[in-house]
Amino acid sequence: MGIEQKLGNMGIVTLKLEEVINWSRTNAMWPMLFGLACCAIEMMSAQASNYDMSRFGMELMRASPRQSDLMIVAGRVTRKMAPILRRLYDQMPDPKWVISMGDCASCGGVFNNYAIVQGVDEVVPVDVYVAGCPPRPEALIHGIVTLYEKVKSERMKDWA
Amino acid sequence: MGIMDEITQSIVTTFQERFQAQTYEFRGEVSLLVGPEHILAACQALRDEFDFNLLNEETAVDYWPEQSPRFHIVYRLRSLTHNRMIGLRVALDGNAPTMPSITGIYANANWFERELWDMFGIHFDGHPDLRRIVMPYDWVGHPLRKDYPLGYEEVQFSFNFDEIDVRKPYAKE
Repeated sequence: MGIEQKLGNMGIVTLKLEEVINWSRTNAMWPMLFGLACCAIEMMSAQASNYDMSRFGMELMRASPRQSDLMIVAGRVTRKMAPILRRLYDQMPDPKWVISMGDCASCGGVFNNYAIVQGVDEVVPVDVYVAGCPPRPEALIHGIVTLYEKVKSERMKDWA
Repeated sequence: MGIMDEITQSIVTTFQERFQAQTYEFRGEVSLLVGPEHILAACQALRDEFDFNLLNEETAVDYWPEQSPRFHIVYRLRSLTHNRMIGLRVALDGNAPTMPSITGIYANANWFERELWDMFGIHFDGHPDLRRIVMPYDWVGHPLRKDYPLGYEEVQFSFNFDEIDVRKPYAKE
């Protein structure tokens, strides 16, 4: 019905390598299974049947950082948690991306105190910030689609 | 049940005689203020003579900038046999207070006292394992003290975004 009608009898599509790599990366992204606070509830909701994040190629979260390439920091990061978070990030294989979900992860949110890191970008490099307290599942999905656009705009010469 | 029924009244009388305790009543709950030197004997008496077999809670209040008393340690004891609660309070002076640990009487005071050491810097003599419990082990200071600074970082608003952005510690890849 779709692309196969355009293939003819040869079964071959020609396109740029970076495009097919980026296409495969965006359509099979594996988020890491961890949540830090109430944003994680919205993240679960985004994966459940009402919002169904698997429409965008995320069938299930991986409980191991070795098997995942997307870290969704869902919730406030305490200073005690920060080294653990960085360690998880370091254990993820390249290429890897980070979504900072919610106000607390992005800038500390309402918690401007001794215990909370004022923005997870002090600990790991963040690609997409999702605003909201907590963001609705639509907002998270919008953040993921934004990340897809960023991934699709990556160029091979920069990978080195 | 009345606030001061007979048994509570007998506890109060005993404590006033034996430990010179002061009594407070607030919203149907009775608290006894005893000196730190009496706390072990007071807990022992409440547990063994009056059947208060459960330490519900042990916490502290910081009255800074007052120095005398600077802290109150608050014990909430419950008697499961008689369905009764009573409070114990101990006043402590100064910035580095020390008091005896009641872990020998109520074993679950262990973690409460570790938290009090962590958050208020109250040292418990005779505690088997007085380490920090909530904050990281290398933390400096005791965060729930009133003179502890609230935060470390200036908030980034639109009017000072660029200024703070220059010195904000961004993570490397």
